[in-house]
Amino acid sequence: MAYKPPKQGLAGQIFDVLTLLVLTIGALYIPLYLGLAGAAKVPNPIANPTWEALGQNATEQQQWAALGITDPAAANDIITARFDYSFSWVALIVMAVLVIGYFVMVVRLSDKEYREVIEERFGKKR
Amino acid sequence: MANVTSTAAEPERLQLLRVLGPAHIWALGVGIVLVGEYMGWNFSVGKGGMIAGLVACWVAGLLYTCVAMIDSEVTSTVAAAGGQYAQAKHIVGPLMAFNVGLFLVMAYTMLEAANAITVGFLLDTVAGMQGHSGLNQQPFIILAIMFLAWLNYRGVLATLTFNLVITAIAFLAIITLFISVQFGASNVPLDFSAVTTDPLPYGWVGIVAALHFGLWYYLGIEGTCQAAEEVRSPARSLPYGTMAGIMTLLIAATMTWYVCSGLVPWEYLGQAGTPLFDAARVTGSTGLMILLFVGTTFATLASANGCINDASRAWFSMGRDRYLPSWFGAVHPVYRTPYRAIVFLVPIALIFALGAPLDQVVTFSILSGLLGYTFMTFNMVMFRNKWPLDTIKRGYVHPFHPLPTIVLLILCSTAYFAVFLGYGTQLSAMMCFYIVASLWFHFRRYQFVRRGDQFTMPWPKPVGY
Repeated sequence: MAYKPPKQGLAGQIFDVLTLLVLTIGALYIPLYLGLAGAAKVPNPIANPTWEALGQNATEQQQWAALGITDPAAANDIITARFDYSFSWVALIVMAVLVIGYFVMVVRLSDKEYREVIEERFGKKR
Repeated sequence: MANVTSTAAEPERLQLLRVLGPAHIWALGVGIVLVGEYMGWNFSVGKGGMIAGLVACWVAGLLYTCVAMIDSEVTSTVAAAGGQYAQAKHIVGPLMAFNVGLFLVMAYTMLEAANAITVGFLLDTVAGMQGHSGLNQQPFIILAIMFLAWLNYRGVLATLTFNLVITAIAFLAIITLFISVQFGASNVPLDFSAVTTDPLPYGWVGIVAALHFGLWYYLGIEGTCQAAEEVRSPARSLPYGTMAGIMTLLIAATMTWYVCSGLVPWEYLGQAGTPLFDAARVTGSTGLMILLFVGTTFATLASANGCINDASRAWFSMGRDRYLPSWFGAVHPVYRTPYRAIVFLVPIALIFALGAPLDQVVTFSILSGLLGYTFMTFNMVMFRNKWPLDTIKRGYVHPFHPLPTIVLLILCSTAYFAVFLGYGTQLSAMMCFYIVASLWFHFRRYQFVRRGDQFTMPWPKPVGY
């Protein structure tokens, strides 16, 4: 016999939408808003910067000027900023477990649901 | 397509209109993605240097070629609104479909937000060049999103025809800049000396790290199949439009890297908000500056337009299937568009466009896209296993299976590591979001889903079930 889902009222529908909204904003936006997430790119400005000391040749100096930056001090942070790619292996393993675990969980639970769908659509497996 | 009610009180049965051809599919795919050449891709140069940026461009091109091949086969067979969402529903199961729907909505909504941020940034830059620095960008961000949402609300044919025109202009702008620079239109010569003096500022790990933003060159091309129910001949138009789109983008991406890397110092390029416009500024040609200003504006608007179209179709499909409240599964009685889904997603796009930095928003979009590409790998294997080639008619059969799937999985794994390098917190936040959302769906929302209705294709029973 076909599964008959319960009828969802307006309040329930609103509650479900709000849950997803809170999840989206809570997990994704608030960490950004609080500055908890971000790229680890850090400027390492040099003292008394000149274009030569910053490694910029004559053509590159022309390019900087065309972009509105004629003072090497103004380009100091941009030129010297670098990402820090040192990482912890533990953090990498945790991330891998999180990604793989997520997909394993979703596929397994999906398969459970999928079997109900196929059974209702085509009948029980013989 | 399953029927839907237009209003709660009057169960009138309406369908989306089948009005689109291959050119519209090309415009939808390229229109969403072309903005990736106008902004965002250049952060890959920031993460690894000039050479790394180019390698990322080509490696990401390979990844998306695999995506286009796989997607064309499955979509030409599962021609239903929602694209990969409908595929997941028929091949893997409801929870996977819910997740894929969320991938699509998040990837496109974040991309839409990134586009709006770029419009505001571009106008601020131009105002600054005219001596009016400190322009308030927020009204322009809000206006861009609201106008495009209104356009989508009014109808898909007008929306995608509008996209076709402005995408073509934006693409021609890149070609014009490339040719003009080759013929000496720039006051400042091309300079690739950093390729030899500072080829890999981060070493080889920089090449891997650059792949993160290399995806941005092409992200969203898979959106072509979102319009499957509105295409006159899905089996022909979807593979043709998608493949033509990926070829267009490979050409545009390589030209973009060449012009920008030659005209803009890589350290500046690696953090620029509008790299192609900046390259035009360096040429000193007013004509090129105006052209690339128009190109950037059109590319961002076309992309945001396509994103609203795609995100709303995915949200609509989930509402129609009761994965979300069924209120969202309504078609407008006059315009025949998923109008409630379109309106609902506007404030979410605005929250991120007005309050988050561009590279973070881009990263959220890339991550959702990446999760979707990972899904495509096992989805393809399951599709071939559950319905071998001789059991159902496919509009297109991709060659060399399972090689594209294996290559795609390897490249996706590399891309996760690339995101982890520098943006690990966002990756963790996003994974937590999807895990909690999945548990919420399985243990709470799934009770409202009609089981048998989740399989609507006229296929035989899958092998093994």
